[in-house]
Amino acid sequence: MKTDGGALVTLAGFFAVLSLFAIGGGNSAVPEMHRFSVDVQHWLTDRQFADTFALAQLTPGPNLIIVALIGYHVAGVAGALVAMLAMCGPTGVFAFFVGRASDRFKQSRWHVALSHGLVPVTVGLIASSALVIATTADAGLVTVAITLTTALVSYFVRVHPLWAFAAAALLGLVGLV
Amino acid sequence: MRPTVSELFIAFATISLSGFGGVLAWSRRLMVEEKRWLTPEQFNETYALCAFLPGGNILNFSVIFGSRLRGPLGGLAAIAGLIGPPMLLIMAIGAVYAHYGDLPALRRMLTGVASAAAGLLMATVAKMAQPLFRRGAVTGPAIALITFVAIGVMHWPLPLVLAVIVPASIGMAWVRR
Repeated sequence: MKTDGGALVTLAGFFAVLSLFAIGGGNSAVPEMHRFSVDVQHWLTDRQFADTFALAQLTPGPNLIIVALIGYHVAGVAGALVAMLAMCGPTGVFAFFVGRASDRFKQSRWHVALSHGLVPVTVGLIASSALVIATTADAGLVTVAITLTTALVSYFVRVHPLWAFAAAALLGLVGLV
Repeated sequence: MRPTVSELFIAFATISLSGFGGVLAWSRRLMVEEKRWLTPEQFNETYALCAFLPGGNILNFSVIFGSRLRGPLGGLAAIAGLIGPPMLLIMAIGAVYAHYGDLPALRRMLTGVASAAAGLLMATVAKMAQPLFRRGAVTGPAIALITFVAIGVMHWPLPLVLAVIVPASIGMAWVRR
């Protein structure tokens, strides 16, 4: 684990820019986080990225908390703080000002076009996240079966995600994964 | 009853720590049903606004809600409550992972959880995609598919892809109305 300033600057720059493109929340930015931290910077291996995603899912709180864990992996506590601040700071300030001015904005034709235009992009981005996580985590028949079973069960039944995670972790613990 | 700055911090920390896999449901329960700080209409309106803004939806929500009630300090308290506690938690988890991440049993458990998490995302996408088809339009599903191929399959950089697809999608939504 290195804590040089260069890595911190790279983290800050990447996540500050990424935050501006993270429409539809944390999970739609996962493919870009994977591309940059695994393929471009080689901060993490595929396996470590899948682990990082799993750990973030197991932690309560906003999905974007995965950003802090990537930062922590790259540069310890300083890395976690820098990455999270970069991800939340600029957009937070932006939201603050939009929140004050927003009453004039709602119900306009722009509002509707923005909403209808952004939703399909968000769907495509989250689908990409699912594919990226599945291809990094699924290495055999059992893991593929876990993915497909979880997908089917949580689509058709209202079940708390923690049950799926617990069952999958148990399968791993007893050595089936 | 208008919450104080410290009440805002505590409320968002509570929401954050009770929310596994996203915190939207918990924030609605606390703000609308328990504390009655917002009517259901106000909640939907504020949340819809946050979905357009870059960055995490719930993070933007906390900033806008907190600052509308208690100014900049209120916004800061709300977002700090939302990300502070899970950040401490995930850094502790990151430290444990750095030491024990290579234990075979833990490795297999995390792989299982990541596979399940991929399945959960697939179910979420399937649910989110339904309204795109229901409107009988081809554009929505086509935009989602193109985004998925560009990001998920081709691994192209997110800013480049969004720079093309977002204006195109919003433009088509604008014309369609």
